[in-house]
Amino acid sequence: MSLSPDQPSGRRHGLHDLPHPDLQGADGQSARHEDGSRLVHAEASSRPLGSAQPATPAEPQPRGATEHGHHPIDHDEAARRFIAATEHEKMHDERLWDLRQKRDRQMHAIPEWEELRELASAIKLHALANLPEYLEQFETRAKANGIEVHWAETGAQHNEIVHGLLADHGAKSLIKSKSMLTEETGLRHYLQGKGIEIIETDLGERIQQLDDEAPSHIVVPATHKLRSDVAHLFAEKLGTDPDNRDANYLAEQQRQKTRPLILNADAGMTGANFAVAETGSFVVCTNEGNADLSANVPPLHIASIGVEKVIPRMADLGVFIRLLSRSALGSPITQYTSHFRGPRQGGRMHIVLVDNGRSARLGMEPFWTSLKCIRCGACMNTCPVYRRSGGLSYGATYSGPIGLILNPTFDRRKYSALPFASTLNGSCTNVCPVKINIHEQIFAWRKELAEEDEMAGGKRAMMKAAGALLSHPAMYRAAIRTTDSALRVLPHFVAGEFAGVWTKEGRDLPDAPPETFHSWYQRTHGRTGAE
Amino acid sequence: MRVSLFVPCYIDVFEPRVGIATLELLRRFGIDPTYPLDQTCCGQPMVNAGCHAEAVATEAHFARTFADCDYIVVPSGSCVHQVRYHMTSVEQTEEVRAVRARTYELVEFLHDILKVEAFPWAEFPHKVSYHNNCNALRGIGHGTASELREAPFSKPLDLLRKVKGIEIVEQARPDECCGFGGTFSVFEPAVSVKMGHDKVRDHAQSGAEYVVSADSSCMLHQKGCATRLGLPLKFRHIAEVLNGARA
Repeated sequence: MSLSPDQPSGRRHGLHDLPHPDLQGADGQSARHEDGSRLVHAEASSRPLGSAQPATPAEPQPRGATEHGHHPIDHDEAARRFIAATEHEKMHDERLWDLRQKRDRQMHAIPEWEELRELASAIKLHALANLPEYLEQFETRAKANGIEVHWAETGAQHNEIVHGLLADHGAKSLIKSKSMLTEETGLRHYLQGKGIEIIETDLGERIQQLDDEAPSHIVVPATHKLRSDVAHLFAEKLGTDPDNRDANYLAEQQRQKTRPLILNADAGMTGANFAVAETGSFVVCTNEGNADLSANVPPLHIASIGVEKVIPRMADLGVFIRLLSRSALGSPITQYTSHFRGPRQGGRMHIVLVDNGRSARLGMEPFWTSLKCIRCGACMNTCPVYRRSGGLSYGATYSGPIGLILNPTFDRRKYSALPFASTLNGSCTNVCPVKINIHEQIFAWRKELAEEDEMAGGKRAMMKAAGALLSHPAMYRAAIRTTDSALRVLPHFVAGEFAGVWTKEGRDLPDAPPETFHSWYQRTHGRTGAE
Repeated sequence: MRVSLFVPCYIDVFEPRVGIATLELLRRFGIDPTYPLDQTCCGQPMVNAGCHAEAVATEAHFARTFADCDYIVVPSGSCVHQVRYHMTSVEQTEEVRAVRARTYELVEFLHDILKVEAFPWAEFPHKVSYHNNCNALRGIGHGTASELREAPFSKPLDLLRKVKGIEIVEQARPDECCGFGGTFSVFEPAVSVKMGHDKVRDHAQSGAEYVVSADSSCMLHQKGCATRLGLPLKFRHIAEVLNGARA
């Protein structure tokens, strides 16, 4: 496949003269070819890696949102700290924008791109509208293939089922590939509490596990970290050289430490990207081949699959495979697209089909179409708010635009402020490969949460005052007579200490013209209105 | 053709010359718009904050104020997006639906309704970086967004290219949001300002002397950011450029 000729190859990378050092090539060349001469790798695909030696003391890693039970997450507060860590913010913004640009190039190489998105959306809508039938078909065929199938209504049930299976097989150690579903259910912490040793086999997810952090992105879970953060972490947890920030060195050290654990594990877990009803098989897409290790090395393979992952036919799969990695990482396909159809000889395979709120969401107008999501992360990569604030600032399993609409379905109060962490610019909707109207759902969540009084009381009172003023022209005119007074009542600006909030972060106040348009019109045209 | 002019609150208070330019520009095409003095707001601030009940009276007032005309012309894509797609809090009477359908953003009105071929009086001998308001671009379809695989077009650039001497320069991230986002600008000030700083640096690095947009709200925010950073950017609404502003 060649790049579209209308795509400029020498285009500036981003907003700054030089990309962040973590993204800068040692040879000054950018890595964007697809001829196979360089491995396009999930974690390290953005740029070839630069000098390994630290030139300056490392900037400490900003941590995510502070959580206080069900109290609303303060995204603004966490985002502010991320932005204050300027090295991190710059790298994060550029790395993800680079993925967005790669995605765009892939899109331009596929003439039928918009048709594919339409098709993918239609298949998902059809599958969701007929979910019980397709799930039953999937279960029947999977069982016929020799797979044991379990159903979990809640995350807790899922965790118990998995623990039960491990106990049945006397398994004490578990290797697993990345799965957002097991993040949702908190499986890792649950099993650790039961004395099971768990090793995440996806490099980024392993980094996050060692750092006791949630994934900050659904595809590239440690993308908010600088190499210096990883060097520091590995030095502490794996005993590596703290001054060596070379990515190859760090990855190889991790591999050497983890490989024996993988080879000796009692059980393996994967998620699934797609479950095919027609065949009773499921598909896992990775770039590191780690799902294949997790599935094939130990004698027991458990796959946790959200019920919304089912698609009708094998013929439908191609539509999604063509869209998934192109949207996610801007590569034509993941390195591995592994089909699991049944246990290997002498082995056992279990599937846990998990609801965890999905059936309830299916009944939520207009939010049910968020179940179309194939977890590609394209909406995060394109989101200008996500790129500046880092995934952990959302304080939730799912971050970025898709997180804004998924998280309130899990906990309305805790995530009641998240739908406001958006400018409603709509870029997320446009990149979504299954055409979820993400920004419209963010808008709809604001209404939903305001109606249930989940919105901070101050905001609501402000809007009430604004609404009253704006429906009474004479009062409104009196209130905005001067620029100074206008600043206090114009609804976009009425955030209490407006001038302070507006200017504090590095933005000047607007100029104050001598008269409003309204006054000018009256002065020059006479008082002919109905005022 | 009976045309009414809606001048959004920002323009009324902070950029009155944009309202004046819009009025003068329409008059150049033989249209004498009515400016209903009772107008206030489209209701967007409340609705975008999720407060639909609080927007009902304002939306009803808007519909009443602009009921009696063929077209309502607005020099703001953002406000038009609200009226056309989000003015749903108020009861959808025939009058309300008619007002919503008759509301046009200025660029749309010139490009699609008047089908303007030339602006003989206009000359703007400067390097210009065009800022797409997100509601104008992705909401009401001013042009193709970079995320979609569509034949590229841009109504505002079509119009600006008819202006003598103008040179359009391209940003590295041409349709990246500037971070204004209405109440977002004060509820999430750190992210809003960071996005604004990145946006005005992108304009400056593209070699632009002027930033031109069909939305004053974004430019108010960007101007505040550019001034703070000491960037020598100047900001003009597209109505001013098309009406013959030389600088």
